Amino acid sequence: MSIAINAVDLKKHYEVSGGMFRQPGLVKALDGASFTLEAGKTLAVVGESGCGKSTLARLVTMIETPTAGTLDIEGKPADSSSVDHRKAVQIVFQNPYSSLNPRHKIRTILEEPLRLNTDMSAQERTKRAAETMERVGLRPEHIERYPHMFSGGQRQRIAIARALMLNPRVLVLDEPVSALDLSIQAQVLNILADLQAELGLAYLFISHDLSVVKHIADDVMVMYLGKVVESGAAKDVFANPQHPYTKALLSATPNADPVAKKERIVLTGELPSPLNPPAGCAFNPRCAHASDQCRASAPRLDKLGDIEVACFHPVG
Amino acid sequence: MSDTTNQTPKKETSMRRRMLAEFWFYFSENKGAVVGLALMVLLVFIAIFAPIVAPHDPIQQYRDALLVPPVWQDGGDWRFLLGTDAVGRDMLSRLIYGARFSLFIGVVVVGLALLGGVTVGLIAGYYRGAVDTVIMRIMDVILAFPSLLLALVMVAILGPGLLNAMIAIAIVLQPHFVRLTRAAVLNELNRDYVTSARVAGASPFYLMTRTILPNCLGPVIVQATLSFSNAILDAAALGFLGMGAQPPTPEWGTMLAEAREFILRAWWVVTFPGLAILITVLAINLMGDGLRDALDPKLKRS
Repeated sequence: MSIAINAVDLKKHYEVSGGMFRQPGLVKALDGASFTLEAGKTLAVVGESGCGKSTLARLVTMIETPTAGTLDIEGKPADSSSVDHRKAVQIVFQNPYSSLNPRHKIRTILEEPLRLNTDMSAQERTKRAAETMERVGLRPEHIERYPHMFSGGQRQRIAIARALMLNPRVLVLDEPVSALDLSIQAQVLNILADLQAELGLAYLFISHDLSVVKHIADDVMVMYLGKVVESGAAKDVFANPQHPYTKALLSATPNADPVAKKERIVLTGELPSPLNPPAGCAFNPRCAHASDQCRASAPRLDKLGDIEVACFHPVG
Repeated sequence: MSDTTNQTPKKETSMRRRMLAEFWFYFSENKGAVVGLALMVLLVFIAIFAPIVAPHDPIQQYRDALLVPPVWQDGGDWRFLLGTDAVGRDMLSRLIYGARFSLFIGVVVVGLALLGGVTVGLIAGYYRGAVDTVIMRIMDVILAFPSLLLALVMVAILGPGLLNAMIAIAIVLQPHFVRLTRAAVLNELNRDYVTSARVAGASPFYLMTRTILPNCLGPVIVQATLSFSNAILDAAALGFLGMGAQPPTPEWGTMLAEAREFILRAWWVVTFPGLAILITVLAINLMGDGLRDALDPKLKRS
């Protein structure tokens, strides 16, 4: 298996000025994330809003440069000016209503990446656009239409088609189905699964919907307040979560089995402000198992059986 | 339209024609816009062929016919359909020639203000930070002066005349375009489709002109049509103060100003230039509305 993306200790910090008389603050949106993404595999990144999932997506797609850490794309350090790297990694956004330029026809939307990065002739571009539309289950004759003439699911498929135009090896999917209806979600997920099988794409799948993640992911990375708290193969993490936060997340996922025993763990309190994170383990104010050790020092991500977990008191 | 979508266009020209046909389809849905366009076409026609259409020379004075009323009134003369002014010049001919100046003023002023304003606003909105602050504070300074006063000062510096008046008015109108464009750019800049274009490798210039700008044009077009009328009125005001078009130029605003003292004795000398300005402005605004509708794909149906 070839490695598509290798990230070591990626960090992204933002400075917040907060006004003339206040000390500038530092938001650690992403504070040390390491992972490898193999070709043809799906790595799911889960966590609640504000945990750094989208920042990770922006770093991997080279929209922003990391504050620290290294990011290798296919064995070479990521370089946003390199056409090869731009072609290799493409992104699909959450909201298909804002990710397509409303002034452009589908033709322009699909052909734009080709026009910017290759010297294909107009005929070749049109042919390629039509092929890609068919591949995602759209009728090629709709190429002259505008985005607003399509439904949400169709728009998301257009967004996927656009991301596919440059033959990428990695697709970053930033909550690609959370803005869609349940029935449409399944449709889009199936298309994504088919594409992966056909083209050997690697997916970095960002989501907060664990039932979707369970369905599609090979590996899972659970994040909390910019840090990775647990990571490992999806089946291991789902079968036997070690971190109290993962356990709470899993217990909050609706289960379709009415006779299954439900053990709902309700977290108290809010996600702490990333401007002023709690000392020690970031999760300690909301954790039932927190000890003095947790309040004093932050646990490192360590191997525990088949998975990695950052916790002094794994609950598994 | 769906029957034309399948075949790939052989030449750029057939593509152009199709785009034009599509534009006309949506534009013609708005009846007011079509009326506005018809009036504008008529005005442009009159302006271009003024020497053929006009019955008299606009600055020829008929000393035997001072302040002659229009034909349908007592004392009207068939030679002067809309009457004559205080020095015996034919009103109709002056209005016809005046269309030339008013349209010219509107086009040049709005063109200058639009080009400068949109460019500066786009740069301010895209780059933010210090560039934005400097540009917007300069615009605030320009806006802080009463517009006519500023135009007056500038004409006083540049010297009176129609061309200088137009430059001054363009500079006065420009901040509105800058602010409008900047606000629209800020609104669009963080949308996902802009990020998406950036991921696809678009340069800043491409992002500004191809991705963001078309999505900001709606309000700018409406502002342009409103400014067109403002430009004509401001030029008239400058003319009235002796800083714009110089007599005997048959400019509508100047005509209006010259006739002010006869408003009670001879209603036609004031009314007709006023009506001419009103109709022109109305036609442009109606057309602007239709233009915005036709250019906004969100209002298009499949």
